[in-house]
Amino acid sequence: MKPKIAIIGYGMGNLASLHNAFAKVGADVCIAVTPAELEPATHIVLPGVGAFPQGMHQLRTLGFEDAVRRLVGQGRLILGICLGMQLLATEGEEHELTAGLNLIPGRVVRFNAPGLRVPHIGWNDTVSRRTGSLLGDAGAKDCFYYVHSYHFAPADAADVALTSDYGGEFVAGVERGNVMGVQFHPEKSHAAGLNLLKRFVERTA
Amino acid sequence: MFLPMLKRRLIPCLFLQNGLIVRSQEFTQFKQLGNPTAQLERLNDWDADELVYVDITRDGAYDLKRDDLKTASRSDVLSILRDISRHCFMPLSFGGRIRDLETVDAFIANGADKVVINTGVVLNPDLITQVAEKYGSQAMVVAMDVKREADGSYACYSHNGRERLAKPLREWLAEVQQRGAGEIFLNSIDRDGTANGYDLDIVNRVCEWADVPVIACGGAGVFEDFAEVLAKTPASAIAAGNIFNFTENAYRRAKKFLRDAGANVR
Repeated sequence: MKPKIAIIGYGMGNLASLHNAFAKVGADVCIAVTPAELEPATHIVLPGVGAFPQGMHQLRTLGFEDAVRRLVGQGRLILGICLGMQLLATEGEEHELTAGLNLIPGRVVRFNAPGLRVPHIGWNDTVSRRTGSLLGDAGAKDCFYYVHSYHFAPADAADVALTSDYGGEFVAGVERGNVMGVQFHPEKSHAAGLNLLKRFVERTA
Repeated sequence: MFLPMLKRRLIPCLFLQNGLIVRSQEFTQFKQLGNPTAQLERLNDWDADELVYVDITRDGAYDLKRDDLKTASRSDVLSILRDISRHCFMPLSFGGRIRDLETVDAFIANGADKVVINTGVVLNPDLITQVAEKYGSQAMVVAMDVKREADGSYACYSHNGRERLAKPLREWLAEVQQRGAGEIFLNSIDRDGTANGYDLDIVNRVCEWADVPVIACGGAGVFEDFAEVLAKTPASAIAAGNIFNFTENAYRRAKKFLRDAGANVR
Protein backbone atom coordinates (compact mmCIF):
# COMPACT_ATOMS: atom_id res chain seq x y z
CA MET A 1 0.00 0.00 0.00
CA LYS A 2 1.34 3.42 -0.92
CA PRO A 3 2.02 5.43 2.21
CA LYS A 4 -0.34 8.31 2.94
CA ILE A 5 0.99 10.97 5.27
CA ALA A 6 -1.35 13.18 7.30
CA ILE A 7 0.07 16.11 9.26
CA ILE A 8 -2.15 17.08 12.18
CA GLY A 9 -3.13 20.74 11.81
CA TYR A 10 -4.14 21.72 15.32
CA GLY A 11 -3.12 25.36 15.36
CA MET A 12 0.36 24.89 16.85
CA GLY A 13 2.74 26.56 14.44
CA ASN A 14 3.13 26.93 10.72
CA LEU A 15 3.04 23.64 8.82
CA ALA A 16 3.96 24.87 5.35
CA SER A 17 7.65 23.88 5.56
CA LEU A 18 6.84 20.42 6.89
CA HIS A 19 4.25 19.86 4.18
CA ASN A 20 6.75 21.07 1.55
CA ALA A 21 9.46 18.78 2.95
CA PHE A 22 7.26 15.65 2.71
CA ALA A 23 6.25 16.69 -0.81
CA LYS A 24 9.95 17.12 -1.66
CA VAL A 25 10.69 13.49 -0.72
CA GLY A 26 7.83 12.40 -2.97
CA ALA A 27 5.30 11.55 -0.28
CA ASP A 28 1.53 11.72 -0.66
CA VAL A 29 0.92 14.28 2.08
CA CYS A 30 -1.97 16.34 3.42
CA ILE A 31 -2.67 18.55 6.40
CA ALA A 32 -5.54 17.12 8.46
CA VAL A 33 -7.57 19.81 10.18
CA THR A 34 -10.26 17.38 11.39
CA PRO A 35 -9.82 13.91 12.96
CA ALA A 36 -11.81 12.40 10.07
CA GLU A 37 -9.01 13.41 7.69
CA LEU A 38 -6.59 11.18 9.65
CA GLU A 39 -8.57 8.02 8.85
CA PRO A 40 -7.00 7.24 5.44
CA ALA A 41 -3.45 7.95 6.67
CA THR A 42 -0.89 5.18 7.04
CA HIS A 43 1.56 7.66 8.63
CA ILE A 44 0.47 10.36 11.07
CA VAL A 45 2.69 13.36 11.81
CA LEU A 46 2.20 15.34 15.00
CA PRO A 47 4.15 18.59 14.56
CA GLY A 48 4.01 21.62 16.80
CA VAL A 49 5.67 24.72 18.09
CA GLY A 50 4.50 26.20 21.38
CA ALA A 51 3.75 25.21 24.94
CA PHE A 52 2.85 21.70 26.14
CA PRO A 53 -0.44 22.53 27.95
CA GLN A 54 -1.71 24.54 24.99
CA GLY A 55 -0.76 21.71 22.62
CA MET A 56 -2.70 19.10 24.61
CA HIS A 57 -5.62 21.46 24.95
CA GLN A 58 -5.78 21.95 21.19
CA LEU A 59 -5.47 18.21 20.45
CA ARG A 60 -8.30 17.45 22.85
CA THR A 61 -10.58 20.30 21.85
CA LEU A 62 -10.32 19.45 18.15
CA GLY A 63 -10.96 15.75 18.80
CA PHE A 64 -7.50 14.60 17.71
CA GLU A 65 -6.53 13.02 21.03
CA ASP A 66 -9.04 10.16 20.80
CA ALA A 67 -8.47 9.66 17.07
CA VAL A 68 -4.69 9.47 17.52
CA ARG A 69 -4.98 6.97 20.39
CA ARG A 70 -7.33 4.75 18.41
CA LEU A 71 -5.34 4.85 15.13
CA VAL A 72 -1.97 4.39 16.81
CA GLY A 73 -3.53 1.56 18.85
CA GLN A 74 -4.42 -0.06 15.52
CA GLY A 75 -0.79 0.14 14.46
CA ARG A 76 -0.66 3.30 12.33
CA LEU A 77 2.74 4.92 12.39
CA ILE A 78 3.14 8.25 14.14
CA LEU A 79 6.04 10.72 14.13
CA GLY A 80 6.04 13.56 16.65
CA ILE A 81 8.22 16.55 15.81
CA CYS A 82 9.45 19.11 18.37
CA LEU A 83 6.44 19.82 20.63
CA GLY A 84 4.75 16.91 18.84
CA MET A 85 7.44 14.53 20.14
CA GLN A 86 7.02 15.92 23.64
CA LEU A 87 3.24 15.36 23.55
CA LEU A 88 3.90 11.61 23.10
CA ALA A 89 5.13 11.53 26.72
CA THR A 90 3.18 10.68 29.85
CA GLU A 91 3.41 14.23 31.16
CA GLY A 92 5.06 17.58 30.66
CA GLU A 93 6.22 20.04 33.27
CA GLU A 94 6.07 23.21 31.12
CA HIS A 95 4.12 25.93 33.03
CA GLU A 96 2.08 23.33 34.97
CA LEU A 97 2.27 19.53 35.12
CA THR A 98 0.05 18.38 32.23
CA ALA A 99 -0.86 14.87 31.06
CA GLY A 100 0.38 13.99 27.57
CA LEU A 101 -0.69 11.24 25.16
CA ASN A 102 1.37 8.68 27.10
CA LEU A 103 2.28 6.75 23.95
CA ILE A 104 5.85 6.52 25.25
CA PRO A 105 6.26 6.62 29.05
CA GLY A 106 8.31 9.53 30.31
CA ARG A 107 8.31 13.15 31.33
CA VAL A 108 9.14 16.33 29.45
CA VAL A 109 11.56 18.41 31.51
CA ARG A 110 13.37 21.72 31.17
CA PHE A 111 17.09 22.02 30.47
CA ASN A 112 18.51 22.79 33.88
CA ALA A 113 22.32 22.79 33.72
CA PRO A 114 23.53 25.84 35.66
CA GLY A 115 24.33 28.79 33.41
CA LEU A 116 23.07 27.01 30.29
CA ARG A 117 21.46 29.31 27.76
CA VAL A 118 17.88 28.18 27.14
CA PRO A 119 16.29 27.76 24.62
CA HIS A 120 18.66 25.47 22.79
CA ILE A 121 18.67 26.97 19.29
CA GLY A 122 20.85 25.97 16.41
CA TRP A 123 22.55 23.09 14.64
CA ASN A 124 23.71 20.23 16.79
CA ASP A 125 25.24 16.82 16.20
CA THR A 126 22.81 13.99 16.74
CA VAL A 127 23.69 10.31 17.10
CA SER A 128 21.69 7.14 16.57
CA ARG A 129 21.70 4.88 19.63
CA ARG A 130 20.19 1.80 18.09
CA THR A 131 20.03 -0.37 14.99
CA GLY A 132 17.63 0.85 12.32
CA SER A 133 16.58 4.13 13.92
CA LEU A 134 15.24 6.94 11.72
CA LEU A 135 18.85 8.17 11.51
CA GLY A 136 20.34 4.79 10.62
CA ASP A 137 22.26 2.26 12.66
CA ALA A 138 23.83 2.84 16.07
CA GLY A 139 26.60 5.40 15.80
CA ALA A 140 25.19 7.06 12.66
CA LYS A 141 25.55 10.81 13.08
CA ASP A 142 24.13 13.91 11.44
CA CYS A 143 23.51 17.54 12.18
CA PHE A 144 19.98 18.88 12.77
CA TYR A 145 18.37 22.20 13.60
CA TYR A 146 16.87 22.55 17.09
CA VAL A 147 14.67 25.15 18.79
CA HIS A 148 13.42 24.09 22.25
CA SER A 149 13.60 24.70 25.99
CA TYR A 150 12.25 21.33 27.18
CA HIS A 151 13.24 17.79 26.31
CA PHE A 152 11.79 14.31 26.62
CA ALA A 153 13.17 12.08 29.41
CA PRO A 154 11.82 8.57 28.66
CA ALA A 155 11.12 6.25 31.60
CA ASP A 156 12.52 3.28 29.69
CA ALA A 157 16.01 3.62 28.22
CA ALA A 158 14.98 1.14 25.52
CA ASP A 159 12.83 3.88 23.93
CA VAL A 160 15.82 6.17 23.32
CA ALA A 161 16.63 6.22 19.61
CA LEU A 162 18.73 9.39 19.17
CA THR A 163 20.73 11.60 21.47
CA SER A 164 22.41 14.97 21.28
CA ASP A 165 24.40 17.06 23.73
CA TYR A 166 23.59 20.45 25.19
CA GLY A 167 25.18 20.94 28.58
CA GLY A 168 24.94 17.15 28.86
CA GLU A 169 23.41 14.39 26.79
CA PHE A 170 19.68 14.62 26.12
CA VAL A 171 17.23 12.50 24.16
CA ALA A 172 16.77 13.81 20.63
CA GLY A 173 14.65 10.98 19.31
CA VAL A 174 12.40 8.25 20.72
CA GLU A 175 11.06 5.11 19.08
CA ARG A 176 8.75 2.46 20.51
CA GLY A 177 7.21 0.21 17.88
CA ASN A 178 5.03 2.34 15.62
CA VAL A 179 5.52 5.47 17.75
CA MET A 180 8.43 7.79 16.91
CA GLY A 181 9.48 11.30 17.79
CA VAL A 182 12.29 13.74 17.06
CA GLN A 183 13.05 16.90 19.00
CA PHE A 184 14.72 18.76 16.12
CA HIS A 185 13.14 20.15 12.95
CA PRO A 186 13.82 17.80 10.01
CA GLU A 187 12.00 20.25 7.73
CA LYS A 188 14.67 22.86 8.56
CA SER A 189 17.67 20.52 8.43
CA HIS A 190 18.49 20.27 4.71
CA ALA A 191 19.34 16.82 3.32
CA ALA A 192 19.79 15.29 6.79
CA GLY A 193 16.19 16.17 7.62
CA LEU A 194 14.75 15.15 4.28
CA ASN A 195 16.52 11.76 4.53
CA LEU A 196 15.03 11.20 7.96
CA LEU A 197 11.53 12.06 6.75
CA LYS A 198 12.04 9.71 3.82
CA ARG A 199 12.97 6.87 6.18
CA PHE A 200 9.79 7.54 8.15
CA VAL A 201 7.71 7.45 4.95
CA GLU A 202 9.37 4.15 3.99
CA ARG A 203 8.61 2.54 7.35
CA THR A 204 5.82 0.02 7.41
CA ALA A 205 3.74 -0.90 10.42
CA MET B 1 27.80 32.63 29.37
CA PHE B 2 27.87 28.86 28.93
CA LEU B 3 27.56 27.91 25.25
CA PRO B 4 28.40 24.25 24.75
CA MET B 5 28.69 22.33 21.53
CA LEU B 6 26.51 24.45 19.27
CA LYS B 7 27.77 24.88 15.74
CA ARG B 8 28.78 28.40 14.84
CA ARG B 9 26.72 29.49 11.87
CA LEU B 10 27.78 30.99 8.58
CA ILE B 11 24.81 32.88 7.16
CA PRO B 12 24.46 34.18 3.61
CA CYS B 13 22.64 37.48 3.66
CA LEU B 14 20.73 38.39 0.52
CA PHE B 15 19.50 41.89 -0.18
CA LEU B 16 16.28 42.33 -2.11
CA GLN B 17 15.47 45.56 -3.87
CA ASN B 18 12.25 45.87 -5.87
CA GLY B 19 12.04 42.09 -5.85
CA LEU B 20 15.57 41.50 -7.17
CA ILE B 21 18.72 40.37 -5.41
CA VAL B 22 21.24 43.21 -5.23
CA ARG B 23 24.61 43.81 -3.63
CA SER B 24 25.03 46.60 -1.17
CA GLN B 25 27.96 48.88 -0.48
CA GLU B 26 28.11 51.19 2.51
CA PHE B 27 24.31 51.20 2.46
CA THR B 28 24.18 53.49 -0.56
CA GLN B 29 25.19 51.77 -3.78
CA PHE B 30 23.29 48.81 -5.13
CA LYS B 31 23.93 46.53 -8.04
CA GLN B 32 21.37 44.02 -9.33
CA LEU B 33 22.38 40.39 -9.18
CA GLY B 34 19.27 38.67 -10.42
CA ASN B 35 15.97 37.04 -9.79
CA PRO B 36 15.57 35.34 -6.38
CA THR B 37 13.60 32.42 -7.78
CA ALA B 38 16.38 31.64 -10.24
CA GLN B 39 18.78 31.42 -7.31
CA LEU B 40 16.83 28.79 -5.38
CA GLU B 41 18.65 25.73 -6.64
CA ARG B 42 21.96 27.41 -6.02
CA LEU B 43 20.94 28.20 -2.46
CA ASN B 44 20.14 24.55 -1.81
CA ASP B 45 23.49 23.53 -3.22
CA TRP B 46 25.14 25.86 -0.75
CA ASP B 47 23.67 23.82 2.12
CA ALA B 48 23.70 27.01 4.21
CA ASP B 49 23.09 26.98 7.95
CA GLU B 50 20.45 29.65 7.61
CA LEU B 51 19.45 32.37 5.14
CA VAL B 52 18.74 36.00 5.87
CA TYR B 53 16.84 38.06 3.32
CA VAL B 54 16.72 41.80 3.78
CA ASP B 55 14.33 43.85 1.69
CA ILE B 56 16.06 47.19 1.21
CA THR B 57 13.50 48.66 -1.18
CA ARG B 58 12.98 52.29 -0.22
CA ASP B 59 9.57 52.83 1.30
CA GLY B 60 8.14 55.05 -1.41
CA ALA B 61 9.01 52.67 -4.22
CA TYR B 62 6.46 50.06 -3.16
CA ASP B 63 3.59 52.43 -2.89
CA LEU B 64 3.77 53.36 -6.55
CA LYS B 65 3.24 49.76 -7.65
CA ARG B 66 3.79 50.78 -11.22
CA ASP B 67 4.84 48.07 -13.60
CA ASP B 68 6.78 50.47 -15.76
CA LEU B 69 9.08 51.18 -12.82
CA LYS B 70 9.52 47.46 -12.21
CA THR B 71 8.85 47.87 -8.53
CA ALA B 72 7.70 44.83 -6.62
CA SER B 73 4.87 45.09 -4.12
CA ARG B 74 4.87 43.60 -0.65
CA SER B 75 2.84 40.68 -1.98
CA ASP B 76 5.65 40.01 -4.47
CA VAL B 77 8.12 39.74 -1.59
CA LEU B 78 5.79 37.32 0.19
CA SER B 79 5.54 35.26 -2.96
CA ILE B 80 9.35 35.18 -3.17
CA LEU B 81 9.34 33.89 0.41
CA ARG B 82 6.76 31.21 -0.45
CA ASP B 83 8.90 30.05 -3.36
CA ILE B 84 11.97 29.87 -1.18
CA SER B 85 10.22 27.90 1.56
CA ARG B 86 8.90 25.39 -0.98
CA HIS B 87 12.42 24.55 -2.09
CA CYS B 88 14.78 25.40 0.76
CA PHE B 89 14.73 23.38 3.97
CA MET B 90 16.66 25.52 6.41
CA PRO B 91 15.87 28.33 8.84
CA LEU B 92 14.77 31.45 6.94
CA SER B 93 14.89 34.98 8.29
CA PHE B 94 13.27 37.97 6.63
CA GLY B 95 13.82 41.62 7.36
CA GLY B 96 13.31 45.04 5.91
CA ARG B 97 10.49 47.55 6.22
CA ILE B 98 8.69 45.66 8.98
CA ARG B 99 6.78 48.14 11.12
CA ASP B 100 3.95 46.18 12.75
CA LEU B 101 2.81 42.78 14.00
CA GLU B 102 0.52 42.26 11.00
CA THR B 103 3.53 42.34 8.68
CA VAL B 104 5.39 39.91 10.96
CA ASP B 105 2.33 37.61 10.86
CA ALA B 106 2.39 37.69 7.06
CA PHE B 107 6.10 36.82 6.88
CA ILE B 108 5.80 33.96 9.34
CA ALA B 109 2.62 32.60 7.75
CA ASN B 110 4.44 32.52 4.41
CA GLY B 111 7.40 30.52 5.67
CA ALA B 112 9.79 32.78 7.61
CA ASP B 113 11.12 31.35 10.88
CA LYS B 114 12.43 34.66 12.16
CA VAL B 115 12.04 38.34 11.42
CA VAL B 116 14.92 40.81 11.50
CA ILE B 117 13.90 44.36 12.45
CA ASN B 118 15.79 47.59 13.02
CA THR B 119 13.80 50.75 12.18
CA GLY B 120 10.47 49.15 13.09
CA VAL B 121 11.58 48.47 16.66
CA VAL B 122 13.36 51.82 16.99
CA LEU B 123 10.07 53.53 16.12
CA ASN B 124 8.04 51.13 18.27
CA PRO B 125 10.11 49.11 20.77
CA ASP B 126 6.96 47.35 21.98
CA LEU B 127 6.94 45.46 18.68
CA ILE B 128 9.82 43.34 20.07
CA THR B 129 7.63 42.22 22.97
CA GLN B 130 4.65 41.57 20.71
CA VAL B 131 6.67 39.34 18.38
CA ALA B 132 8.42 37.53 21.25
CA GLU B 133 5.14 36.84 23.02
CA LYS B 134 3.40 35.59 19.90
CA TYR B 135 6.18 33.55 18.28
CA GLY B 136 8.88 33.19 20.94
CA SER B 137 12.09 35.16 21.36
CA GLN B 138 13.90 32.95 18.86
CA ALA B 139 11.75 34.47 16.10
CA MET B 140 12.64 38.07 17.03
CA VAL B 141 16.02 39.18 15.72
CA VAL B 142 16.87 42.82 16.36
CA ALA B 143 19.18 44.33 13.77
CA MET B 144 21.63 46.98 14.93
CA ASP B 145 23.37 48.98 12.23
CA VAL B 146 26.40 50.53 13.92
CA LYS B 147 28.93 53.11 12.92
CA ARG B 148 32.10 54.29 14.58
CA GLU B 149 31.88 57.97 15.43
CA ALA B 150 34.70 60.52 15.32
CA ASP B 151 35.36 60.08 19.06
CA GLY B 152 35.84 56.31 18.71
CA SER B 153 32.49 55.40 20.26
CA TYR B 154 29.82 53.46 18.34
CA ALA B 155 26.30 54.63 17.57
CA CYS B 156 23.26 52.78 16.27
CA TYR B 157 21.47 53.92 13.15
CA SER B 158 18.01 53.25 11.75
CA HIS B 159 16.34 54.12 8.44
CA ASN B 160 19.04 52.45 6.31
CA GLY B 161 21.82 54.25 8.11
CA ARG B 162 20.26 57.72 7.85
CA GLU B 163 19.03 58.32 11.40
CA ARG B 164 21.28 58.18 14.43
CA LEU B 165 19.78 56.81 17.64
CA ALA B 166 19.96 59.14 20.62
CA LYS B 167 20.37 56.19 23.02
CA PRO B 168 23.86 54.80 23.52
CA LEU B 169 24.39 51.41 21.91
CA ARG B 170 24.78 49.56 25.20
CA GLU B 171 21.58 51.03 26.61
CA TRP B 172 19.61 50.15 23.47
CA LEU B 173 21.04 46.62 23.51
CA ALA B 174 19.93 46.13 27.12
CA GLU B 175 16.48 47.43 26.29
CA VAL B 176 15.89 45.20 23.26
CA GLN B 177 17.01 42.14 25.23
CA GLN B 178 14.79 43.04 28.15
CA ARG B 179 11.89 43.36 25.71
CA GLY B 180 12.48 39.89 24.30
CA ALA B 181 14.98 40.02 21.44
CA GLY B 182 16.29 36.50 20.84
CA GLU B 183 19.28 37.43 18.72
CA ILE B 184 21.23 40.52 17.66
CA PHE B 185 22.13 41.02 14.01
CA LEU B 186 25.08 43.39 14.25
CA ASN B 187 25.92 45.14 11.01
CA SER B 188 28.82 47.53 10.60
CA ILE B 189 27.86 50.41 8.32
CA ASP B 190 31.52 51.39 7.92
CA ARG B 191 32.46 47.93 6.70
CA ASP B 192 29.34 47.16 4.64
CA GLY B 193 30.44 46.03 1.20
CA THR B 194 34.06 47.11 1.74
CA ALA B 195 35.62 43.64 1.98
CA ASN B 196 38.04 45.06 4.56
CA GLY B 197 37.26 42.47 7.21
CA TYR B 198 34.92 42.55 10.21
CA ASP B 199 35.09 45.22 12.87
CA LEU B 200 36.25 42.87 15.63
CA ASP B 201 36.24 45.63 18.22
CA ILE B 202 32.50 46.25 18.04
CA VAL B 203 31.70 42.54 17.65
CA ASN B 204 33.58 41.82 20.87
CA ARG B 205 31.98 44.70 22.74
CA VAL B 206 28.46 43.68 21.77
CA CYS B 207 29.14 40.00 22.51
CA GLU B 208 30.40 40.97 25.94
CA TRP B 209 27.30 43.06 26.68
CA ALA B 210 24.77 40.68 25.13
CA ASP B 211 23.09 37.70 26.78
CA VAL B 212 21.66 36.47 23.47
CA PRO B 213 23.50 35.17 20.38
CA VAL B 214 25.18 37.79 18.23
CA ILE B 215 25.41 37.55 14.43
CA ALA B 216 28.33 39.58 13.07
CA CYS B 217 27.89 41.15 9.64
CA GLY B 218 29.70 43.61 7.40
CA GLY B 219 33.11 43.55 5.80
CA ALA B 220 33.88 39.99 4.71
CA GLY B 221 36.30 40.01 1.79
CA VAL B 222 38.22 36.76 2.14
CA PHE B 223 37.57 33.53 4.06
CA GLU B 224 40.28 34.50 6.56
CA ASP B 225 37.91 37.25 7.71
CA PHE B 226 35.40 34.60 8.83
CA ALA B 227 38.08 32.58 10.58
CA GLU B 228 39.25 35.72 12.35
CA VAL B 229 35.78 36.44 13.76
CA LEU B 230 35.46 32.85 14.99
CA ALA B 231 38.93 32.85 16.50
CA LYS B 232 38.90 36.31 18.07
CA THR B 233 35.28 36.89 19.10
CA PRO B 234 32.56 34.76 20.74
CA ALA B 235 30.00 35.62 18.01
CA SER B 236 27.50 32.79 17.48
CA ALA B 237 27.23 33.41 13.78
CA ILE B 238 28.80 35.31 10.92
CA ALA B 239 26.72 36.78 8.12
CA ALA B 240 27.98 38.02 4.79
CA GLY B 241 26.48 39.05 1.49
CA ASN B 242 28.70 39.95 -1.39
CA ILE B 243 31.43 37.36 -0.83
CA PHE B 244 28.95 34.57 -1.59
CA ASN B 245 27.64 36.19 -4.74
CA PHE B 246 30.72 36.63 -6.85
CA THR B 247 32.65 33.40 -6.91
CA GLU B 248 31.47 29.87 -7.61
CA ASN B 249 30.85 27.66 -4.59
CA ALA B 250 32.04 30.37 -2.23
CA TYR B 251 29.76 29.20 0.57
CA ARG B 252 30.87 25.58 0.49
CA ARG B 253 34.50 26.56 0.12
CA ALA B 254 34.20 28.96 3.06
CA LYS B 255 32.77 26.18 5.21
CA LYS B 256 35.56 23.84 4.25
CA PHE B 257 38.11 26.56 4.97
CA LEU B 258 36.64 27.05 8.46
CA ARG B 259 36.47 23.32 9.19
CA ASP B 260 40.07 22.93 8.13
CA ALA B 261 40.95 25.83 10.41
CA GLY B 262 39.42 23.87 13.28
CA ALA B 263 36.28 25.98 13.75
CA ASN B 264 33.16 24.33 15.18
CA VAL B 265 30.98 24.69 12.09
CA ARG B 266 28.47 22.36 10.50
